[in-house]
Amino acid sequence: MKLPLSWLKEYVDIDCSADELVGKLFSCGFEVESEEKFGDKIDRIVTSKIVKIEKHPNADKLSVCQVDAGEYGELQIITAATNIFEGAIVPVALDGSTLASGDKIKKGNLRGLPSCGMFCSGEELGITDDWYDGASTHGILIIKEDVALGEDIKKILQLNDVVFDINVTANRPDCQSILGLAREVAAVLGRPLKSPDFSYKTNAAVSTLKKVKIYDKAFDLCQRYKGHLVENIKIGSSPLWMKRRLFLMGLRSINNIVDITNYVLLEIGQPMHAFDLNDLKENTIIVRRAEKGEKIITLDEKEFELNENNLVICDAEKPVAIAGVMGGLNSEIKQDTKHVLFESAKFSRDNVRKTARTLGQRTDASARYEKGVDYLSVENGMNRALHFISEFGCGDIAVDEYDLIDAPIKEKVIETTVEKVNGVLGIDVPAAYIVNILERLNFKVKTDGNNLKVTVPLYREDMESYPDIAEEIIREYGYDHITPTLLKTSAITNGGRNDAQKTMENVKNLLVGYGYSEMISYSFVSEKEFELFGLDKSGVVKILNPISEDLAVMRTSLFPSAVRAAANNLKRKNMSGRLFEIAKVYDGKTVSKLGLPMETDSLAFVCFGDNEDFFTAKGVVEGIIETFCRGVKTEYVKPIEPFMHPTRTADVMVDGVKIGFVGQVHPEIAVKYDIDKPVYGGEIDYKTLSQFFNDKIVAKAISKFPTVERDLAVIVDEECPCASVSDCILKAGGKNLDKLTLFDVYQGGQVPEGKKSLAFNLIFVSHERTLSVEEVDSSIKKILKTLKDNLNAELR
Amino acid sequence: MEKFEELKLKAKAEIEKIASMKTINDVKAKFIGKNGEITALLRGMKDIPAEMRAAFGKRVNDLKEEVSAFFAKKETELKAAESADKFKKEAVDITLPAKTLQVGGLHPLNIVKNKIIDAFTGMGFEIFEGPEIDTDYYCFQALNIPKDHPARDMQDTFYINDNVLLRPHTSPGQVRTMENKKPPIKILSPGRVYRADDDASHSPMFHQIEGLVVDKGVSLCDLKGLLDEFVKIIFDKDTKTRFRPSYFPFTEPSVEVDVTCCKCGGKGCNLCKGTGWIEILGAGVVNKKVLEMSGIDSNVYSGLAFGLGIERITMIKYGISDIRTLFENNVAFLQQFNRR
Repeated sequence: MKLPLSWLKEYVDIDCSADELVGKLFSCGFEVESEEKFGDKIDRIVTSKIVKIEKHPNADKLSVCQVDAGEYGELQIITAATNIFEGAIVPVALDGSTLASGDKIKKGNLRGLPSCGMFCSGEELGITDDWYDGASTHGILIIKEDVALGEDIKKILQLNDVVFDINVTANRPDCQSILGLAREVAAVLGRPLKSPDFSYKTNAAVSTLKKVKIYDKAFDLCQRYKGHLVENIKIGSSPLWMKRRLFLMGLRSINNIVDITNYVLLEIGQPMHAFDLNDLKENTIIVRRAEKGEKIITLDEKEFELNENNLVICDAEKPVAIAGVMGGLNSEIKQDTKHVLFESAKFSRDNVRKTARTLGQRTDASARYEKGVDYLSVENGMNRALHFISEFGCGDIAVDEYDLIDAPIKEKVIETTVEKVNGVLGIDVPAAYIVNILERLNFKVKTDGNNLKVTVPLYREDMESYPDIAEEIIREYGYDHITPTLLKTSAITNGGRNDAQKTMENVKNLLVGYGYSEMISYSFVSEKEFELFGLDKSGVVKILNPISEDLAVMRTSLFPSAVRAAANNLKRKNMSGRLFEIAKVYDGKTVSKLGLPMETDSLAFVCFGDNEDFFTAKGVVEGIIETFCRGVKTEYVKPIEPFMHPTRTADVMVDGVKIGFVGQVHPEIAVKYDIDKPVYGGEIDYKTLSQFFNDKIVAKAISKFPTVERDLAVIVDEECPCASVSDCILKAGGKNLDKLTLFDVYQGGQVPEGKKSLAFNLIFVSHERTLSVEEVDSSIKKILKTLKDNLNAELR
Repeated sequence: MEKFEELKLKAKAEIEKIASMKTINDVKAKFIGKNGEITALLRGMKDIPAEMRAAFGKRVNDLKEEVSAFFAKKETELKAAESADKFKKEAVDITLPAKTLQVGGLHPLNIVKNKIIDAFTGMGFEIFEGPEIDTDYYCFQALNIPKDHPARDMQDTFYINDNVLLRPHTSPGQVRTMENKKPPIKILSPGRVYRADDDASHSPMFHQIEGLVVDKGVSLCDLKGLLDEFVKIIFDKDTKTRFRPSYFPFTEPSVEVDVTCCKCGGKGCNLCKGTGWIEILGAGVVNKKVLEMSGIDSNVYSGLAFGLGIERITMIKYGISDIRTLFENNVAFLQQFNRR
């Protein structure tokens, strides 16, 4: 909300600096977001009189002017302007001066002749016709008054004000007005508020009630509707002071009637509307819900089709305004308008909000109504508008008016105690302070011992119970009075992460130990990515209002995001990297009782670079399983993921249940991301995995007896999986075979075509005695026989 | 007798000349081996008169010991020289870069999240993570934000359908906890949140932590105490907080909490835009209506709530100026946060 200091001063005597005022407002909850110092940049621009104008000898379009700039002496100014004349008083920017835009002006040379500065236009002084007549003219600003020469133009044109832009919180719609903010300033400064003048003179011959009929048929959406007739309207221009105030607030002056309604909106916070009575069929106003399909063309000549969710103001036949949003073209004020019906109303903020949004028609009025208008401002707004009609003498004001209200207006009363208020705060604010603060804020307070009976001003619809009062007290008393305590009355609780939360941190830490950096990617992806990866789209959760197509659906797999991250890294010339993410995936195939999709944790990882291969990726999966799922049986089987390399990927089974996959990204997918190096990785369904989490550790004794070590290289068919060979060895090796490690896989050389050699290191040990060579030899024999029988394996 | 001395000098001279461990044994054999010259002296004992044999034998042994000592000394010298030589050959340039085992790291947002969690779990808080896709009721209505309330403009929400949305804040965690737990309640609810905003300081997905305390007699002073403690852990022990009035529909009174600028300590700098203060979170006393809607008797219990953006604190703490950097997942960026 904009607040010009000069306007504020009309209602409150301000005896502190602008900075102090900003501090005070800040402390009571009104942060000044910006401060526009009107005219502040203008420097060294003074009044001067043009004494002589001659043609520039070297340029057709330039004139050489001699001016009298009072104490700044006689100056020569070269100008291209054509609206000047000898004897004109004009602003001249002297050497080293600054324009409203901040641009600096220096003396210079124009086509061989010196120019000591520049004449200024209204635009260069930051003003329009609304500020000074003629300021919008293309050309130099001509000062009409007889003023002293060499005077600061800021003084002459009153270019000196501060406009605060104040952040008003959503609970304080009453402060969306100059008057509302003035009330707060008066309270925080402890000064009286000088009320605006609401009085007006009526014409006994004019009666609203006799001439007009107004019906409110939707009190649920229109809680108060005032209509006041003004006859014999004289449309004209507004006085300069009003134009200037509108100008400071960023509004253009239209005519006296429009300006009055705009002014009242800014000052009182009450949107007003004016109908041309001649356009209202049967001089009737009906406030009602629109009928489905009913149409209206608004003042900005846009047509809208309405329905029963929209509130409309109608005459006897048709809508003449969309309530709280915009008036209809069919009843607008025209140059020849004779009689005007002024409207001041309280419409439901939610209905105006909905209508403005669904129609896509947001106006100053709707913005104001969406925040909430109170019963009092309806009255204040109307009275203030009529006051200006009366003051400007531009119409005959009716002696009576319509004032339709849903229920008798009653001021809210909150009954509470000093203890309750202080209980919220945790400090003891003395009762006298509480009363004083509330009274400064226009609450009426009755005390009876510690009991407080607080009558709330009508414009404070946000006040509901004692915590609201506590807030009023502390924002005026000062938050620096709050002294820290550490839950002194609260029970002790045993905090911390639960087991599942701790385990997830441990899983992350394991990955960190493996050199993986944690990544965080958006939960929403593009639908195209689903197609690219061949992911199941049934049950995918779509966002109705995505910010872009790339962020439109909730992901069902983290892996595409991880691949994208790898691709981006390679693009940025990070030639190696390891990344993982644990996050939710979303599945709308089945929804909860509340209608919510399933959210489950998933773990994805990728690695890329010269040292990575299928096995470094597999190591991650194996490491997680071995660390957190002790004693399970893990199998790596042929994968089903269409986006993975078909012969360099495994689906991972734990005790027969698929938990995920690991391997190389399919080259055709990689190409789509401009990846020209193999990228490895996988995804684990964390929820399924977590079913196998256990920390059953039974410590195994380490044998005291010596170990016997043997190496064994066997030749098998090249298709024969290593796991079959090692399973076979482990089974045949007996209980003394303590450890089996593959150390070489070899093809070519002496190994026949279609075969491969697998070399294992076997360690035998007994917990009871030293093993004899014979015992170990016999084990090896048994292993070789089993291998031969089952896999047709030969010793190399 | 001269022969003894002569032999000793001869041995000494030859031992001096030995250049490597390889030849030392040959020289040893020559003098003190089975057939060595000194050993040979003993074989001449039979020619020595019996009464002198004892003295002769002693002299031979003394000589042998003396020569052995020469050998031992030489051996030590040679070994030292040889290992010095070996070490010289094995020398590495100790200033060459280390071969590090690449350690990974948690994402900076989670490093900060964990710090925040640690700060509050130490004060008795539990962790509750609610769903990211939630109902209008939990995200708004139960937080005293009815449909079409102007406060809904405070966040631009992503919708799945009329009633289901991506939570715009972690505040639903408050409601879900209060519905399922009786006071005393002290919970933190961290997680991803979503708003339709995308620029250098806003991301459509970001992270918040909601904190909630519900018990008898908790007040604004307790909020101040908790947050004072928290900012000291997150920033440094000299960090101070400042409350200023604000508005959230689910708290009354509501405050914005500022901390003294961690860069300039409150003197004013570009980070705090010269004010000395940085806004870090919103908080307040839980609105009575919110307690009641969640089934908690507001005449008996009162509550405190606070909500903070993890991105904001992370960006302040690590001097990150563009929020999007946090979601680019560039390993070069992420590795800066690894704990080697």
